[in-house]
Amino acid sequence: MSTRLSRGGRLIDRSKPMNFTFNGKRLRGFAGDTLASALLGADQMLVGRSFKYHRPRGIVASGVEEPNALLGLGRGARFEPDQRATTTELFEGADTASQNHWPSLDFDVGVVNNWAYRFLPAGFYYKTFMFPRVAWKHLFEPVIRRSAGLGRAPVDRDGDRYEQAYAFCDVLVAGGGVAGLAAALQAARAGKRVMVLEQTPHWGGRAPVDGGTIDGKPVADWIKSAVQDLERMSNVTLRNRCMVAGVHDHGHVIGYERVADHTPGDGRPRHRLWRIRAGEIISATGAIERPLAFAGNDVPGVMLASAVRDYVVNFAVSPGDRTVIVTNNDDAYRTAFALIDAGLIVAAIVDARPSATGDLVQKARARGIRVLEGRGIAKVKGTKRVTGVQICAQAGEGAALEDIACDCVAMSGGWSPVVHLWSHCGGKLIWDEARACFRPDATRPPTGDQGQPMVRAVGAANGALTLPEVLADAGGPAADAPAEGPIAAVWVMPQGAPDALRFKAFLDYQNDVKVSDVQLAAREGYTSVEHTKRYTTLGMATDQGKLSNINGLAVLSDALGQPIPATGTTTFRPPYEPISFGAIAGEARGEIFQPLRRTPMHDWHASQGAHWEPVGLWRRPYCYLRTGEGLQDAVRREIRNTRNAVGLLDASTLGKILVKGPDAGRFLDMMYTNMMSTLPVGKCRYGLMCNENGFLMDDGVVVRLSEDSWLCHTTSGGADRIHAHMEDWLQCEWWDWKVYTANLTEQFAQVAVVGPNARKLLEKLGGMDVSKEALPFMTWAEGTLGGVRARVFRISFSGELSYEIAVPASEGMAFWTRFLEAGADLGVMPYGTEALHVMRAEKGFIMIGDETDGTVIPQDLGLGWAISKKKADYIGKRAQERSHMASPDRWQLVGLETLDGSVLPDGVHAAAPGHNANGQRNVQGRVTSTYFSPTLNKGIAMGLVHRGPARMGEVLDFPVGADKVVQARIVDPVFYDKEGEKGNV
Amino acid sequence: MAQRRYSLFAVAREAMRFHSGWERAWTSPEPKKRYDVIVVGAGGHGLATAYYLGKNHGIRNIAVIEKGWLGGGNTGRNTTIIRSNYLQDPSAALYEKARALYEDLSQDLNYNVMFSPRGLLMLAQTEHEVRGYKRTVHANTLQGVETEWIDAKRVKDLVPIINIDGPRYPVLGALYQARGGTARHDAVAWGYARACSAMGMDIIQQCEVTGIRTANGRVQGIDTTKGAIDCGKLAIVVAGHSSVLAEMAGFRLPIESMALQALVSEPIKPCMDVVVMANTVHGYMSQSDKGEMVIGGGTDGFNNYTQRGSWQHIEETVRALIETFPMISRLKMLRQWGGIVDMTGDRSPILSTTPVENIFVNCGWGTGGFKAIPGSGWAMADLVARGQPGPLAADFGLNRFREGRFIDESVAAGVAH
Repeated sequence: MSTRLSRGGRLIDRSKPMNFTFNGKRLRGFAGDTLASALLGADQMLVGRSFKYHRPRGIVASGVEEPNALLGLGRGARFEPDQRATTTELFEGADTASQNHWPSLDFDVGVVNNWAYRFLPAGFYYKTFMFPRVAWKHLFEPVIRRSAGLGRAPVDRDGDRYEQAYAFCDVLVAGGGVAGLAAALQAARAGKRVMVLEQTPHWGGRAPVDGGTIDGKPVADWIKSAVQDLERMSNVTLRNRCMVAGVHDHGHVIGYERVADHTPGDGRPRHRLWRIRAGEIISATGAIERPLAFAGNDVPGVMLASAVRDYVVNFAVSPGDRTVIVTNNDDAYRTAFALIDAGLIVAAIVDARPSATGDLVQKARARGIRVLEGRGIAKVKGTKRVTGVQICAQAGEGAALEDIACDCVAMSGGWSPVVHLWSHCGGKLIWDEARACFRPDATRPPTGDQGQPMVRAVGAANGALTLPEVLADAGGPAADAPAEGPIAAVWVMPQGAPDALRFKAFLDYQNDVKVSDVQLAAREGYTSVEHTKRYTTLGMATDQGKLSNINGLAVLSDALGQPIPATGTTTFRPPYEPISFGAIAGEARGEIFQPLRRTPMHDWHASQGAHWEPVGLWRRPYCYLRTGEGLQDAVRREIRNTRNAVGLLDASTLGKILVKGPDAGRFLDMMYTNMMSTLPVGKCRYGLMCNENGFLMDDGVVVRLSEDSWLCHTTSGGADRIHAHMEDWLQCEWWDWKVYTANLTEQFAQVAVVGPNARKLLEKLGGMDVSKEALPFMTWAEGTLGGVRARVFRISFSGELSYEIAVPASEGMAFWTRFLEAGADLGVMPYGTEALHVMRAEKGFIMIGDETDGTVIPQDLGLGWAISKKKADYIGKRAQERSHMASPDRWQLVGLETLDGSVLPDGVHAAAPGHNANGQRNVQGRVTSTYFSPTLNKGIAMGLVHRGPARMGEVLDFPVGADKVVQARIVDPVFYDKEGEKGNV
Repeated sequence: MAQRRYSLFAVAREAMRFHSGWERAWTSPEPKKRYDVIVVGAGGHGLATAYYLGKNHGIRNIAVIEKGWLGGGNTGRNTTIIRSNYLQDPSAALYEKARALYEDLSQDLNYNVMFSPRGLLMLAQTEHEVRGYKRTVHANTLQGVETEWIDAKRVKDLVPIINIDGPRYPVLGALYQARGGTARHDAVAWGYARACSAMGMDIIQQCEVTGIRTANGRVQGIDTTKGAIDCGKLAIVVAGHSSVLAEMAGFRLPIESMALQALVSEPIKPCMDVVVMANTVHGYMSQSDKGEMVIGGGTDGFNNYTQRGSWQHIEETVRALIETFPMISRLKMLRQWGGIVDMTGDRSPILSTTPVENIFVNCGWGTGGFKAIPGSGWAMADLVARGQPGPLAADFGLNRFREGRFIDESVAAGVAH
């Protein structure tokens, strides 16, 4: 059994016991524990069930590489699935539960999959479940989905908050072990701005557990003084509980700080996501121990040798009373000493090497530990807990030589440098035959924007696996540790393991991938390492193959009879360890997910019953609801009032882009289809903007402010896009033109005063001559209106007499109120976007996004008059000259009136006789806008119809659904005031 | 070559001998001197092209040449969504053909590609989107594609984890395709590869094309890292690298390549049975059979070939999806990556003859190629076999760019134009 030792534990504080629960059972640990150490200390080795076979699984590791100990943590708004117990600090009241079993952890029905393991090898589902066809969706898939998955899905909205931070540094050190600290000291002493990020709460990595001396001092002392030195330097930032999750192009590093995971509910953000730009990245990320593949290597109680000594030394937890150590290298011998020093029993060290001679081996023999050379484990006994191991000759086929009783197996297959950060941006690896690992190839690093090396690996992450090597590699002081003998490249035990053993020898614990699965993949031709991975799911679990990948590809290489480097690795992808979506989103959620843009009159609209419609990042009143009114009633009331008296529209959202400079006219002549350079100062012109493919992308009124300045109005949703479009051309194509643009959209409040009483209303405010003579249609004037500095544009989108008045945003609300007060006896009333849309449709004005959809050119919309014939060029001109664009055989704008006066449904298509070669109904047009017109008291619509303008009076069939047809007649798109008398006053 | 059928019984029989009797899913031959047709690119589209050349047109002396490992491009790194709710007639015809073929693909290939017609929703979160999707439903009805407009309540019924009344963009309804869904992407490539191999075709991996030989405006063969190979016809089906091969043959293609970002969460028990796309906020999500939430985002704003996960879009996408599905906030991102998408000017593919006689191209699938694989292969096989496009490919020729006859789906995808 596993238990808490009565003394020791360098990371725990026995004076602070902490209560927690596991599957409802009340347990106790200490401050400083991880969930994993606390569980082991409470004799809870069995912590979960595997993904596929639902085999009982225990804690294997002590860090991020843990594949099994994934727990559900917390409740309600703080519930989180798949939480790694080895990297989660214990806190008072932690509520934990194991996953992926039914009905209970100890008795799991899913274990039938384990009994049927022979029928469920890698990829069995590709070969089965095909008949009958419907069974996949209704039977097989639901069963597979339910038995797969790990933790349960959270239900509630997240109860925590998250934040993001930005930082810049010359040197970013990933990893606060001895290599990272040494490298940081060196960089900091050279005057660099240094950040050191360490994923655990502790500095020094695993050196304090493994022992040795640095600079003549015990490692723990050296670490303490190194951290103190760094803390005293103003150019150094140290952050623990902060993992480097990913290295992206141009030195962009993502740091993931677990601020309050161990103090939930204390008011701090749970996670902080760091976005760091680093001049250089030092990857001091250490190495991860590999398991060995032998039958039953997944039985609870089989652990990494390094993890066993971590638990003993750091947490005073004994994973078992009697341990067998199995290894192919010297390092694992340290575990034997740690166990014996803690008063525990090491039954034997099973060393796969024919002869082991290093300092540590000698020391073990000297201390009387039984060392078996050239031996392996044939199989582990026990199901929910190790009860013993069967020893065999490593060179043989597994014939049992001896059974050794034990309740813990500590295994070591050697160490793999953590090369993830080196590899994220394309750093290459080489195979180190002597150390049996892939390590960074310093001659092929990931490169920065100037081609310079961007990442440097130091210490164990660079393949320097012993303490003296680590310090030398990281530029630190001299260190001393026992000399280690060479590792033997042993992956599978025994070497000639037969099928029965290979079918129980696990490579990827979480995804249940065995040696036999990789060999099957090789046999079936899935020989690329990527094919093997995908076919077997090796390395695709939540540990992303930290334990399994190297072993897996060694097995694959062996099966293919090729050296390991020829097999290569799969791609290392960020993040290094899973990071919360909450942290990625940061503060941007709820109301500030995409912060709302408000016009100066926004709150007034809300107070007047505005029914909102999102338009870009704005919200505009669709209409203003009065008590007892429906949406339609309100819209109709607003239209009638505007057509008969005077309406007010908050047009502040309209894009306003100032274009200025000696070349501004020339530039606008390229941006618009119209000639803008010749527009006289004081005049307005309706302009069309096309993209390089010739399609209409935006429209709006362009105003000549002065000799070198134009104000370009865009659609409300288009302002940012059009501004970016202008800058794109100016920066990428015409960088030498003297033109400046500024998006002034939010600097002005804009009010449209629309209707027969509009002029009277402006005159009541007073201060400017807005008569027909002084301010004719499509002109503008600057002055003081009602005491406010204003630009008055005489333009109309409704056909009515209309002015749009821009005032400084700060004056917007007061100005708006003045209109309401002055207009009370003129029948002034605000109107919303829907009234705007209906009125423009009554006049046959097009709306970007309705009549256009990225496939429509101005010529289709009868807007040929707005295309300058005099200009040599404009964006889209050449595109519009292509044969299909210039053809008369296109769908063109018309009005549509149903025969019965009803409103045509949105988006219906006009059918044509017959079917096309692909069996689709032929079509000859479609509806682009359709409304009920209260002015005309009937449905009106606009549409694009094949050669439409030449077919006036023709009746078209518009199928609605499968069996209904609405008929409509092609008419002039101008339904209201065709002669334009209303506005011409 | 006779190939053993996959079945439950075959698996059971093999179980008795520890699966030692399985043969290679596809052979790994050395190239022959000459083939009737060489398909360059062993992704889904290339393999499907070869498969339907054999199945529909009886052409089996075919080599499929692959620079890396088969299915290793976008076929193996997409978000596996299958739908055919396209707006324009030519697209709807092609993608619906593909979707319909997916229905029986597992049985046809004798390889379970796990086509899962679980239903697909495209959320409408603005009035503009509502109108757009209603238009699509009307178009689909006439095209014979089964889609419907559903209201917000029905959306909530289908997707209990969705937040339909978020503060920013409430869900107003959705375009629903009940027979849309997902499939296992790798299995599609592997299934086609195995079926091609069974017909005697040669799939040659780790073989890079280094040159294309032509004479008198007609293709003669290709040079590769495994030597020269002659061919009667050449089909270039290499997505992002199409321009590189076209240049070898002496013509240009209107293709730009950029990275499309995707990511997955850690696996959790089933919580969402449909595919949801939210175009206003730019994110889409489904749950794999393994339990991971599979999430797609936007394309990087610059051209590149690196296949790396970048950061700027991930943040936007995750924010949008947390707004839409608040419960995912406490899930964790397991892995992110990029796939290189080959974009044309109108975001529609190219299935075309070329200036060189007997060279054909199939590319430009952009962000939506996986769903099209069977239809693409079907139409491409027809084009290669007959030397001219059939009705499915007719509108997707290269000449459309010269003529301005675009097939633009940006409105259907909710992309700003």
